[in-house]
Amino acid sequence: MKSHRLRLLALAAIPAAFVGIFFLYPLATILRHGFDASTLAQTWGNPATAGVLRFTVTQALASTGLCLLLALPTAAALARLRFRGRRLLNALLVVPFVLPTVVVAAAFLSLMDSLGLTDRFRHTTWAIIAAHVFFNYAVIARSVGAFWSQLDTAPEQAARVLGAGRVRTFTTVTLPRLIPAIAASTAIVLLFNFTSFGVILILGGPRRATLETEIWRFAVQRIEFDVAASLALLQLVFVLVIVTASTVWQRRRGVPEHLGAHSASAPRGAAQRLAVLAACLTAVVVIGMPVAALVERSLRHSGGYSFENFRLLGAGTHAMSVSPLTALGNSLTFALAATAIAGSVGLAAAAVVSRSGGAASAFEGLFLVPLGASGVLLGFGALLALDAPPLDLRLSWWLVPITHALIGIPFVIRSTVPALRAVSERLREAAAVLGASPRRVWREVDLPPALRGLAVGVGFAFAVSLGEFGATAFIARPERPTLPLAIFRLLSRPGQANFGQAMALSVILLALVAGAVLLIDRFRLPGSADF
Amino acid sequence: MKQKFFLSMILASLAFAVVACGGEMSLSEVDEGATGDSGETPERGVYELEGGTLDDPLMLSSEDVVVPEATGDQPASGSTVRLITHDSFAASEGVIESFEDQTGIDVELITGEDTGSVLAQLILTKENPIADVVFGIDNTHLQQALAEELFVPYRSTLISTVPAELQLDPENRVTPIDYGDVCVNYWKDALDGPPPESLEDLTAHAGDFVTQNPETSSPGLAFLFATIARFGEEGWEDYWQRLADGGVEVTAGWSEAYFGDFIAGGGNKALVTSYATSPVAEVVFAEEPPESPPTGVLTDGCFRQVEFAGILAGTTVEAAAQALVDFLLSEAFQEDIPLNMFVFPANGNAIPPEEFLRHAAVVADPLSLPPELIAEKKSEWTARWVEIVLR
Repeated sequence: MKSHRLRLLALAAIPAAFVGIFFLYPLATILRHGFDASTLAQTWGNPATAGVLRFTVTQALASTGLCLLLALPTAAALARLRFRGRRLLNALLVVPFVLPTVVVAAAFLSLMDSLGLTDRFRHTTWAIIAAHVFFNYAVIARSVGAFWSQLDTAPEQAARVLGAGRVRTFTTVTLPRLIPAIAASTAIVLLFNFTSFGVILILGGPRRATLETEIWRFAVQRIEFDVAASLALLQLVFVLVIVTASTVWQRRRGVPEHLGAHSASAPRGAAQRLAVLAACLTAVVVIGMPVAALVERSLRHSGGYSFENFRLLGAGTHAMSVSPLTALGNSLTFALAATAIAGSVGLAAAAVVSRSGGAASAFEGLFLVPLGASGVLLGFGALLALDAPPLDLRLSWWLVPITHALIGIPFVIRSTVPALRAVSERLREAAAVLGASPRRVWREVDLPPALRGLAVGVGFAFAVSLGEFGATAFIARPERPTLPLAIFRLLSRPGQANFGQAMALSVILLALVAGAVLLIDRFRLPGSADF
Repeated sequence: MKQKFFLSMILASLAFAVVACGGEMSLSEVDEGATGDSGETPERGVYELEGGTLDDPLMLSSEDVVVPEATGDQPASGSTVRLITHDSFAASEGVIESFEDQTGIDVELITGEDTGSVLAQLILTKENPIADVVFGIDNTHLQQALAEELFVPYRSTLISTVPAELQLDPENRVTPIDYGDVCVNYWKDALDGPPPESLEDLTAHAGDFVTQNPETSSPGLAFLFATIARFGEEGWEDYWQRLADGGVEVTAGWSEAYFGDFIAGGGNKALVTSYATSPVAEVVFAEEPPESPPTGVLTDGCFRQVEFAGILAGTTVEAAAQALVDFLLSEAFQEDIPLNMFVFPANGNAIPPEEFLRHAAVVADPLSLPPELIAEKKSEWTARWVEIVLR
């Protein structure tokens, strides 16, 4: 027993060190640098801060609630029903993650324009909520869907045999068992919405501010680090509340399940066909339409439609001072490094979280906090903290994938822990009694059901990195432009061709991530050929 | 438990340090031969520029402006100089390399986000600077940078080529590299009637005009400064009240305004806050090369932005840094600036490409404000602006 705990501690040390060095230490450094008690009192007591806080919380809750409502049916269809194009739909959901906010804004406006709704949409809270649903839809649909697809259907069948209706079966049998997965992904979405930045500034317009945009304004535009740090501390308090609530909730409701391969069935009857249709339709409206608007925009050239924008990207007459191919290579290098780090560190953390007692909740919460930390301050903190040997990483390109991995790790943990936790301890004991070494128990009992979740988590980690999501915009780094940065550069010069090529490059970026996720999804649970 | 945690942290950090720092040892090389004393820099001939007009650049024979080297016998050769700049920095392929070839100095380019973000990073790291030279601090940020004592003075061997009105720091802590004017642009075909000719005229088009929030955008801030410079501290609020009443649209940044609301990207606004040189880009980056740009410039009420380079205090390669600043001011780099960053070279001898000169609007009478006044009043002004325009 003692060796078991030692092994667990050793395993915990790697992810703990990672998040300690690359997140807690930089964040603490910048907060200490800017901390000033009187500014803190003044900022927290300011009615303007209260207004910003209220809006931050309201828009985050509304966005998350709507996202949950719209994405759960899609999760159900992806998990339980087999239909043509399911795998493609599953991969396409991730596409928004890689798109720069400026591009998404352009796609939304183009869409609203064709619907004649521009004036009622632009710079409203609805625009913010719509964009948040667009970005986060996949987090719920894919994570919950992956867990759901592995739930044993026997309890539902028993309930139906015993006379429960469809609705009752769902609310009393299925839904409670889904809670751990729902809690896990909802927390991630809530944190993203709580600290969202570009969406607020660009789609919300100049009249709306959240804690995150205010932190950025004070740190970058006014260079008042004391106010920025005070606001960041306030933000952190709320992030900790969200994280604690979610880990406690998830833990309390997690019951051992026998997870395994359950082949989805073809839709039977009108009701199920309708369900598939509804789920697909929601996904098409939420994700498909803005993406289609973007693709349409990328094909527009000189008043007609052609592949000219794509051709020009290759021709080298553009305003981004880097060839798209070089940017693509850089993006892939960063993304592969970030995915490798997030996958290995995240899996180690997930193993610890799923195997230990009450302390595990706090441990898991630790990895969620980076999702809710201010990107600006984290970027600045890394500059201040990681500036001396042996950790002089300020100008190392490693800092970029490491920062991306901080966002990717919670995806890996949250998508694998529900499955790992659902493995019955008795199964492990049985394997051990039969002579399996701890390593073999892990490999043959724990890992297989976690693989599907891992694929989902790794897919997100890859997309996060490819899209330069999070703090890396605020990390000064050696010139090594990535695809998103190349898109920004195109959009920072006047000229029709620049706009068209930026749209074309965005389409390439989203095709790339959809392809990669399709590929990752192929590494799935042995024996479940249908997913 | 605690000990174990720290032990593992140290182990992990060592592992990462080995991986990450392997290739960057040369950065800490101290250059003993650096002579940073600006007094010893040999003066080149001082050329008087009249009004700094670029239509009539003064002629220098090409031998006068070879790529300069730092004082002494290439003391900087073999060292690496780190150049930090904002995300709008761009140079043609081979330009920086030509400097490296001629001097034996390696340039490591570090890109941050916008100017504010880069300045914030420099202030945070001033005890242990992240770079040796910064390029891109402009006159709206200058005073703040100077007050933080970020720079060591250097009088470039080429400073005499720069018009006096661009040299905003008499102590030579920063060197002017380029300048441009923030002006209102309009889409020629979208205006009913003649285009506005003055800031006063603009109020009649307020409902057709999109600008940027000065609290979040650099051109937005520059345009606010232009109105303050024009109408004075008493009059600018009234002017903006009229724009607000007329329905001026505001975005957070330049891209959303230009490619979102402005007609260029499919929007419906005919006027936008941009640059005097934006029409050049509309020609260079057009889908079909037009005879003349689709956009025009309101040349009244433009705010002049000057961008500077500075050597960061604490650099260990001062001679190399000086050579780099000289290079940034040399014709080789200066003539490459216009079509890459769409601003004018500060060096009066550098001749911008013909198509740049043909399509860039000439701003006869740009507006400006003293950097000290900007530093003192910026927060107050932008807060007032928010109350007038956004509330």
